[in-house]
Amino acid sequence: MNTRAAAASLRSRLLEFAERRLPALTRLKQAESLPILLDRHRIYVLPTRFGLMLSAVLLVMLLGALNYNNNPAILLTCLLGAASYQSVFQAFRSINRVQLRAARAEPCHAGGTLYIYLYFHIDARPRHGLRLSIDGDETVFDLHPGNDTCVRIGLRARQRGWQQLGRLRLYSEYPFGLFHVWSWLHPDFSALIYPRPEANAPPLPHDSSDAQQRQARRSRGDELVMLRDYQPTDPLRSIAWKASARHDRLLVKEFEQLRGREIVLDYAALHGLDHEARIARLVRWIIQAEAAQLPYSLQLPERRIGPGLGSEHRHACLRELALLPGASA
Amino acid sequence: MKPMQPLTPAQFDLTAASICAAVLPHLWRLPWLFSTPILILLIGRWLQRRRGGARLPTWIKLPLILLFPVLIIFHYGNIFGREPGAALACAMLALKLVETESRRDARAAICFASFVLMSALLFANSLGFTLLLFAALTLLLAAMRELEPRAADASVQNRRATVTVDLRSGAIALAAAVPLAVCVFVFLPRLGSPLWGAPDDTSARTGLGDRMAPGSVQQLLIDDSPAFRVSFDGPLPPRAELYWRGPVLWYFDGTTWTRPGYLASNRGAADLQTATPTIAYDVSLEPTDRRWLLALDMPVAAPDNAVRGADMTLVSRTPVDRLLRYHAVSAPKYRLDATLDPQQRALALELPPGLDPQARALAQRWRSELRSDDVIIRAALDLFHKEFFYTLNAPLLGRDSVDDFLFDTRRGFCEHFASAFTFLMRAASIPARVVTGYQGGYFNAAGDYLVVRQSDAHAWSEVWLAGRGWVRVDPTAAVSPQRVQLGARAAAGARAPWYQADWLQLLRNRLDVVNRFWNDAIVQFNALRQQSLLTPFGIAKADYVDLMWTLIGASSVLLGLFAWWVLRAPRTAADPLDAAYARLRRKLDRAGAPSLATEGPLTLAARGEDHWPGNRALQRLFANYVGLRYAGALSSTQAVREFARAVAALRLRAHKP
Repeated sequence: MNTRAAAASLRSRLLEFAERRLPALTRLKQAESLPILLDRHRIYVLPTRFGLMLSAVLLVMLLGALNYNNNPAILLTCLLGAASYQSVFQAFRSINRVQLRAARAEPCHAGGTLYIYLYFHIDARPRHGLRLSIDGDETVFDLHPGNDTCVRIGLRARQRGWQQLGRLRLYSEYPFGLFHVWSWLHPDFSALIYPRPEANAPPLPHDSSDAQQRQARRSRGDELVMLRDYQPTDPLRSIAWKASARHDRLLVKEFEQLRGREIVLDYAALHGLDHEARIARLVRWIIQAEAAQLPYSLQLPERRIGPGLGSEHRHACLRELALLPGASA
Repeated sequence: MKPMQPLTPAQFDLTAASICAAVLPHLWRLPWLFSTPILILLIGRWLQRRRGGARLPTWIKLPLILLFPVLIIFHYGNIFGREPGAALACAMLALKLVETESRRDARAAICFASFVLMSALLFANSLGFTLLLFAALTLLLAAMRELEPRAADASVQNRRATVTVDLRSGAIALAAAVPLAVCVFVFLPRLGSPLWGAPDDTSARTGLGDRMAPGSVQQLLIDDSPAFRVSFDGPLPPRAELYWRGPVLWYFDGTTWTRPGYLASNRGAADLQTATPTIAYDVSLEPTDRRWLLALDMPVAAPDNAVRGADMTLVSRTPVDRLLRYHAVSAPKYRLDATLDPQQRALALELPPGLDPQARALAQRWRSELRSDDVIIRAALDLFHKEFFYTLNAPLLGRDSVDDFLFDTRRGFCEHFASAFTFLMRAASIPARVVTGYQGGYFNAAGDYLVVRQSDAHAWSEVWLAGRGWVRVDPTAAVSPQRVQLGARAAAGARAPWYQADWLQLLRNRLDVVNRFWNDAIVQFNALRQQSLLTPFGIAKADYVDLMWTLIGASSVLLGLFAWWVLRAPRTAADPLDAAYARLRRKLDRAGAPSLATEGPLTLAARGEDHWPGNRALQRLFANYVGLRYAGALSSTQAVREFARAVAALRLRAHKP
C-alpha cells in the first residue's frame, strides 16, 4: 500500500512536471468556456495493458507461424492483428467530435455528494462505452445523435463556497479494450456548495415546541389572502386542489406573512461558537425551519434576509452562508 | 485500483465460447488421455458457473494445474515441441477458464486462446478447417467487445441481443481487417530456415537412416526442418537434376532395405567416368548423428575427411554431430561401372527367398516376353504410371509387401515405388539397388542458396545396364511427376483418392479447384513467389529490404485510407436555401456593402436600396428569401432552386461610398 501511494505521488509529480514543461499537453487543460468540441487536436491514444499483452501474443504467434512456414497460421495471425490494430480507428471515432454543451449542478451541502449534470451532443453515429472519470469515480454512458444526453456525475463536495468542476477525463476503450483514447474536459464551471449542517444542533431558537408549530400551521390557514399561479418551487401542500380543479390550472394558496411568529436566526446571537460552527448551526436551523414550515429570517453581520419560507428563500439564505468569507478574512 | 468486477453471464459465456473454439480444433487430434479431461473441465466449469457457482478453492485448482504436465511427460516423454506443447497449451487454457472470474482473467484467457487457435493450424491446414478457425476469431473479438463496460441503461437488453451485437461487430472488424491482413501476409518476408527446429517430432534426430522400412521416409516427409543447405558456385541446376545421393541400399529381407556394413569402407572400386560441365557447391549439413554426407549425382571425389564408397555413397569419418560444411563437385553426366564387379552383381540380384511370388512371376513374364532390359524398365514404369497413386497416406502392407503393394493397395510414396521397382528389376535379372537421399529443395533467392528439408527425402532406384553402367530410374516420377517438379507434399495433396462415386468425384473436382487455389495461393506461398511479386515494378528478385519497404508502404496506404475515413470533416447537409443566401451576402460583401451576422434580410434589403437604388432584382431576391424562409409553409425545392439560380445570376456594380 505504501509503495502504491509513493508511486501515485511520483506519478502525479511527473504529470505536474510534464504539464509545466510541455505546454502542448497543458494547452487544453486550462478551464475553457462551454461548449467544448473534441477533435483530433486534443484526443490522445495509447494502447492499454491488454493491448500490449495481445501485441506480445501476436508477435509470438507470428514468430511461431513463420518458423513453421505455415501460411494459414500467418494469415490467421495477420487477420487478428489487423482487426485489433484497426480498432484504434473505431476507438478514436467513438470520442471524436463529441461536444460538451452545458453543465448544471444541484447545490448540496459540504461533505455530501455534488451531482453535476453534463449535457453531451453528437452529430452522427451512436457512441458506445464512453467513460467519464473524475476523482477516480467513473461513469459509463452511450451517446445517440439527436437530443443532448445528460450524464450525471457525483463529486465529493469538499467545502462551502464555489467548487470548480475541475478536469474531467473523457475516455473510451471501445470496441475491444485494446486502445485507450482519451481527452480532457475542463469546463469553466463551478457549483455552489452549501455549508455542512451541524450534526447535533439544539432546537430552533424559539417557538419551536410541537404544539406551537401545529398551532401556527392551523392559524395560518385562516389568513388566506389570495390564490396565485403555481410556480415550480412551491410546496405541494400549499396547492389549492379544489380551486385548481375549477380553473384548469394549478393554483396556490398565498398566506399573509405572520411577523409575530417569525423565527430570527441570528449569527451574532450564537455566542461561544467559532465562525464555521455558527454557520453550521444556522444551516441546520434553516433546514429544520423548512421542515417545520416555519417562516424565518437570517440575520448576518452584514445583512438580513427574509423573513420567508420556501425553496427560493432557503437557497438565498444558504447561498449567503456558503459565500461568507472565512473567519480570518 | 479499480475493484475487481465479476463477469456478467454474457461476458463469461462469450469468453468460454472463445476458449472452446480454440481448444476444439485440437481435441480430435489429441490422445483421449488429454481430450477427455479437457472436455470434462470445460463442460463442468460451464455448468458450475451456470448454477451460480463460486470461485473454486485452490486445493482443487492446484492439483489440476500439476496434473497435466505430469500426464504430458508421461505420454510424450517431453514437454517441449509441437505436439506436447499444443497439448499443454490446450490443457492450460481449459484450466484458465476454470479460474476465470474477473475481466482481467478473461482478457488473459482470450490472448492465450488466440495463440492456441493459431497453433491448431500447425497440424492441419485445409481450406475448410482454416476458414472455421478464421470464423472463430469473430468469437474472440466478440468476447473482447463484451468485456468492455456498458452504459448502465444499455444493460437491460437481454443477453442474446447483446451477444448478437457483439458477434456482428466482431465480424465487421474482421471483414474490415482483410485488406491489411492480406497486405501483411503477402509482403511479410518469410524465413529461409526455421529459427528453432522441432526435433521431437520423430523419435531421435531426423535424417536418413541406413535402412528403408515402410513408414521410415514418411516420418521425414511431414517434417519441415531443413536437412542441409547448398550454395552453388554456378547457376542452380534444373530441379529435375537435384537428386541428392545418400546411402545406397542393397539388401532386402521382404520388408526392409538395408546396407551391408562393409560397403561403407569399400573404397576406390568404382569406375566413374564423368563429362563436363561439372557442378561445384558447398553443403552445410544439419547434424544427423550419422555418417552419411549428401551429394548430387554423381560426386566426382570425396570431400575432406570423408570417403566415397564403391556405390558412390559418401561417408564421413566421424558422425555428423554438428553443422558440417563441405565442398563437393558433381557431374550430372557420368558413366558408373561400365563393367560390374561379380560380387556386386550378385548383391544386386539377391532377393528374399519365398516372398512375393506374384511380383516374381510378373517380372519373369516380362523377361521372357520383352527380352530387352530397356523395354522391361519401360513396362514397369508404365505399370506404375497407369494404375498407381502417389499419396502420403499409404495403407499398411502385409508379409508379401511387394505383392500387396503391386497388386492390391497400389498407393504409396517414393519408398514403396523404389522398393517395388527394384524388386521387379531384380526378379527380371536386371541388377538394381535402392538409393535414398533427397530430391529437389527450395531455392532461397534472398540468401542465394538452396535449402533441402527433411520433407524432401526421397528414394529411387539404380539399375545396371550393359554398356551404360548404373542408370538412375525414379519410379515415383513415373507415377507423380509433381513429386519431382513440386515436392512431396504438393504431390501428395494433388492426389488423395477417396471415394470413387461419380457424384462425389464431380463434387470433389469442383471443390478441388478451390482447394487447389488455396493450396497454390496460400499454403504453398513461399519466398520464391514472394520475390517475383515485385517483378511488375521492375524488381526482379525482391530481397528482405525491398519486401519490408513494400510492406511498410502498402500498409501505410491502407492505414492512411482508414485514417482519412476517420478524420474527414463531417459532411454537414447544408440547407440549399442557406447556401444560396450566404452566397448573396458574399456578393454584397464583395460589392462594398458588408453585413453583420446579426443583421436580418430586411435590414440588408434597406441597405441594398441605399447603395443600389432602383435595383429591382436585388429587392426581389430579398423579398423571395423572406418568403421562402419565413412564410411558414415549407418551401418547395423548385422555388429554392430558382432562388439559387437568381442569386447566381445577380450582378452588382461595386458600390463607391
